[in-house]
Amino acid sequence: MSLRRFLAVLRARNLEFMRDRSTLIWNIAFPVILIAGFALIFGNSNPVFKVGILSAQDAYVSQPQVTRSEQVGTIPYVSQSDALAALRRHQVHLVLDVDQRLYWINETSREGQVLEELLAFHDPEYRRRLIGGLEVRYVDWAMPGVLAMNIMFACLFGVGYVLVRYRKNGVLKRLRATPLSTLEFLAAHMASRLVLVMAVSAALLLGGMALLDIVMVGSFWLLAFIGLLGTLCLISLGLLIATRSRSEELTGGLINFSTWPMIFLSGAWFSIEGAPYWLQLLAEALPLTHIVEAARMVMLDAASLAEVQYHLSMLALMAAVFLSLGVLLFNWESDHR
Amino acid sequence: MEPVIEVVSVTRQFRHLTAVDQVSFAVPEGACFGLLGPNGAGKTTTIEIMEGIQRPTQGHVLYFGRAMQARQLYQDIGIQFQHTALQDHLTVRDTLRLFASLYQRCMPMDDLLGLCSLHEFADRDTRTLSGGQRQRLLLALALVNDPHIVFLDEPTSGLDPQARQHFWSLIESIRARGKTIIMTTHYMEEAQQLCDDIAIMDRGRIIARGAPDALLAEHFSGAMVRLDDAVVPESLLARYGGQRQDSHLRFQTTEVESLIAELIRQGVPLGHLEVQPPNLNDLFLQLTGYALRA
Repeated sequence: MSLRRFLAVLRARNLEFMRDRSTLIWNIAFPVILIAGFALIFGNSNPVFKVGILSAQDAYVSQPQVTRSEQVGTIPYVSQSDALAALRRHQVHLVLDVDQRLYWINETSREGQVLEELLAFHDPEYRRRLIGGLEVRYVDWAMPGVLAMNIMFACLFGVGYVLVRYRKNGVLKRLRATPLSTLEFLAAHMASRLVLVMAVSAALLLGGMALLDIVMVGSFWLLAFIGLLGTLCLISLGLLIATRSRSEELTGGLINFSTWPMIFLSGAWFSIEGAPYWLQLLAEALPLTHIVEAARMVMLDAASLAEVQYHLSMLALMAAVFLSLGVLLFNWESDHR
Repeated sequence: MEPVIEVVSVTRQFRHLTAVDQVSFAVPEGACFGLLGPNGAGKTTTIEIMEGIQRPTQGHVLYFGRAMQARQLYQDIGIQFQHTALQDHLTVRDTLRLFASLYQRCMPMDDLLGLCSLHEFADRDTRTLSGGQRQRLLLALALVNDPHIVFLDEPTSGLDPQARQHFWSLIESIRARGKTIIMTTHYMEEAQQLCDDIAIMDRGRIIARGAPDALLAEHFSGAMVRLDDAVVPESLLARYGGQRQDSHLRFQTTEVESLIAELIRQGVPLGHLEVQPPNLNDLFLQLTGYALRA
């Protein structure tokens, strides 16, 4: 591995990116559009209500009227603290203790307020409890997801598409006919993207904190480390997807194929608590799930390194697998002769 | 002179196609060696095997008398591919700087810009270059490491005559620096002008090998006379070595004056008559029975 060659390719890639004004603007504008759009759409969407149920007995024996609606899903909890943590993080909108006829709401949740009115109408014997601790709005809960999704798109499209374009038009073939090694070339491209993605994510987070007063109670260093590992993992996935393809269309399809499950199952926009077990297992196999979960734990609950260790280990494992396969299978060949 | 590169019984087999078939030749140091032939003859496959880009199915290539790993080889050779895209949004200077950083040894930037007539465009985005300017940049990239051997695959393909002439003069000046040049081309006049040693390929095999003048002297005597196809008695065709080719008549004869006098006597229209010394195109036609076309 030659540092000189690595830096030369890194510099060239950075120049190419910085001078491509439209792409540069889009990379900055996209997260802003994302967060604005998300506030607009999700802020006014029809609520889908989730109620956490605490009960030592079978809750269905004395099921509250409010949970019988088709629009209301119930999620059983054994521990009150788990249920309240979920409520605080907008994973459920109301928690009912069926045995003690108590309910908790998060006052920042619109859905919670609607459910409270329904509960007061149908089940007036329930007594109100407020959750303590830091107020967490939906935007606070969703911000880690926005950051993670931005990382995902920037990595998969920014690495996968560029490599396929280089392969297709012969840039890779020309570079191969030099002393540059596969490792030097890929490391430079990955480093370029890593720096860019981290910079944009930091700007997005700081912008969110300044403009939307986003909650961030944990360690910035730990959050940066999660971002770094997550970015590395997703860049490696982008590399793996593009490792042999010569078709931008096919690569676009494969990237979409990998992003859509992550968008829906990672918990970036909505919690999948209460979803079928197999779906939750599938979510565990997706890098975005671990980035979102770990970032959310740090930002909202000030989680420590030990508490997010599982997610970091999963990201490291996936990054190692994707990167190894991507480098081993990497193809320099173009369509041109 | 000891060969700088030696191709030994190289075959390259694709699924149902033998692109290169038992090809062997050696190139001496300082030579300008040309691989000639029509599209699909196996020139690019042969040169890419020599460049270490493709692996032969059989046979091997020796560099300075020994086998070399591609990475080691790339320090010493320069390559201009037939088709190459460059990274977008980089200037000529950025691109040269990038490639220069990839090698242990490199030519000073000013020398390189001067040698390839690129000073004027050094700070221009490579996407805005004309065809000739772009080819000169690709040549500069092939020379950036001051290589011993320079491979040029169809270097003037698609250039206008003026740009081609300019490019030829650049190749001459590179040769004057003692570089060994190995090029493919389907332009016969290019090979005749630049190469002192050629191998003519057809269907994966070498069908003729030697210096252009020696090959022509070996296969031809006299001049080539061409004219539009016309009613010419068969006896005249036989006597003067005439052949019909597409819409033309082609004579290979040492009795040019006598042939022309006979054609006038027969009343054959001579509006498009051409008298030329034989060229490599004629040689290819003679060897294969069909004309060499771009």
